[in-house]
Amino acid sequence: MPLSFLKVASVAIAAATVPIGLSAVSWSGHRLHPVTITVTLPPGSITYSLPGEFLRGEHPQANPRLKRRFNKPIEIMTYQVSVADYADCVKAGACQSPQETREIPPNAPVTGVSYLDASAYARWYSQATGDYWRLPTDEEWAFAAAERFRGGFEGLQADANNPAKRWLARYKAEAQLDRSPDPLPRSRGSFGVNSRGLADLSGNVWEWTSTCFVRATLAADGTGVANSLDNCGVHVVEGFHRTYMSNFVSDGKSGGCAVGTPPDNLGFRLVRDRPGWRKLILGYLGI
Amino acid sequence: MFTRREALFGAAIGAAAVAAMPAFSATFAPADIGALAREKVKLVAPPFVHPHDQVAKGGPKIVEFTMTIEEKPVVIDADGTTLNAMTYNGSVPGPLMVVHQDDYVELTLINPDTNTLAHNIDFHAATGALGGGELTLVNPGEQVTLRFKATRSGTFVYHCAPGGSMIPWHVVSGMSGAIMVLPRDGLKDDKGKPVKYDRIFYIGENDFYIPRDENGNFKSYETAGDGYDDMMKVMRGLIPTHVVFNGKVGSLTGDNAMKANVGETVLIVHSQANRDTRPHLIGGHGDYVWEEGKFANTPAKDLETWFIRGGSAGAALYTFLQPGVYAYVNHNLIEAVELGATAHFMVEGEWNDDLMTQVEAPKAIATN
Repeated sequence: MPLSFLKVASVAIAAATVPIGLSAVSWSGHRLHPVTITVTLPPGSITYSLPGEFLRGEHPQANPRLKRRFNKPIEIMTYQVSVADYADCVKAGACQSPQETREIPPNAPVTGVSYLDASAYARWYSQATGDYWRLPTDEEWAFAAAERFRGGFEGLQADANNPAKRWLARYKAEAQLDRSPDPLPRSRGSFGVNSRGLADLSGNVWEWTSTCFVRATLAADGTGVANSLDNCGVHVVEGFHRTYMSNFVSDGKSGGCAVGTPPDNLGFRLVRDRPGWRKLILGYLGI
Repeated sequence: MFTRREALFGAAIGAAAVAAMPAFSATFAPADIGALAREKVKLVAPPFVHPHDQVAKGGPKIVEFTMTIEEKPVVIDADGTTLNAMTYNGSVPGPLMVVHQDDYVELTLINPDTNTLAHNIDFHAATGALGGGELTLVNPGEQVTLRFKATRSGTFVYHCAPGGSMIPWHVVSGMSGAIMVLPRDGLKDDKGKPVKYDRIFYIGENDFYIPRDENGNFKSYETAGDGYDDMMKVMRGLIPTHVVFNGKVGSLTGDNAMKANVGETVLIVHSQANRDTRPHLIGGHGDYVWEEGKFANTPAKDLETWFIRGGSAGAALYTFLQPGVYAYVNHNLIEAVELGATAHFMVEGEWNDDLMTQVEAPKAIATN
């Protein structure tokens, strides 16, 4: 595909995102919810540091930065799943109530939800809409977040002679964020829109991804991963910074980050997988 | 002229007692009190401590302190929960005062008219008059000056004690601090050999009892008095909603983490005016610990966790041997992690492989 075309298409699609999302859902014919607004990201690539923990030999390494290419468009919710959206799932008996006691506007993102809750919602929402909805992978999230993607603090080289240097550096990096806690979820849209048209990324609600925590040992020559071990009892959570949470945790503050800045809140947004996406978009654009 | 019976009465008589003070002092104070040297000390907010000599220079003196009481709302956790705090000098806990044994502590306590409540101060280090509480009750718009002789060495709590239910209420609203009375010749180890510290930190631990609404969320009140009835109900349940160091969750972490270097000796003074606690330095120890805080007693050695009785202050001396981030916690870990009683030390220096090394990094379990 010629580069110039891609550029034109991406601009056009960004502008046309909302109508696509609107019409896509209305086609399904049995809508139970307020219309789900989505953004469709055109194919593209991202260079980002992988989540997880990486060793070379016996020592922790900076997380490798990889270029990841997305050959297909990604359709992702513009906003996080809201309190009202999630309440429908609870009403239907398919989701448990969120662990949330504060008074939050119904159109604010749902919070107090674990990975298990988010997965249950995705399953129910797929059935309810007849489409396939799922949590984004970590790299999809990073791609969608674009300039709002920060990643983790794990990307520091270990000093073989002094492991404490890495711990102190990470601690200082987190402290330097100097982020004052801002715990109360706000109405959707309060944290603005990023360059790709997604709202409320990296505000005060962190988002579950479908990516498992991984510990990998890099090959001695640095050409790849020699071996790795997934722990899918823990998933990557993205937002203002990257963190890792056990699947059953719904309150970020007590769920991890023994040292440093814990997430204010845990929520999520979903990705819709559709067959023949490219054809659909090109058709819409009249190409 | 100043009877026990009078001492147990309230504010009105308190004022009379203050008026009677000069005569009282003249009768019993040493004749040469006027000849003693005076030193004015400016207090600093915890965890820091005002500059002081570890070994006294010269003879006993009068050390003058001033504290202004400040009632103000303070945020005590990351959720923005607010306590209508009562503070000595604007901080929770109040500042650590340091003097030497046989010095005289002369405190001017100011209760500005911007406050709404009467306050006083009870020094556990002082002798008589309910620790000075009976002689220091000041209404908004008043100030008082108390002098007491620091006859015993050690770390001691001070707190507000204005009578009845006001006592616990003022204390769990933040009104406590500590004073350290050093032996004139400084601290000594278990064999009587002098020991010194390169840094000193003062950690005051507080238990807070914030009322909740019907949904379980913390309530806030316009004034301390508005929340009094609700807070008393929570207090009587004896289960704190927050257990924190230095006034709020996270007050000694991140940018505010305490700093030291490998090879430096740190004295940690820990007070709890209301409730038992058990400090523990994760990855470190207490080389010499005065658990009860009283320096006339031989320090315990090599402690893993030490016990601070509610209503007392203890002191632990430790030389850092390894760099890294240390957590200093109340080792009731529920209180440390869920309720807030966690502080951090950032310690810089060279790693000692002999003390610890990771022989083999985590990897998949070997299968044959």
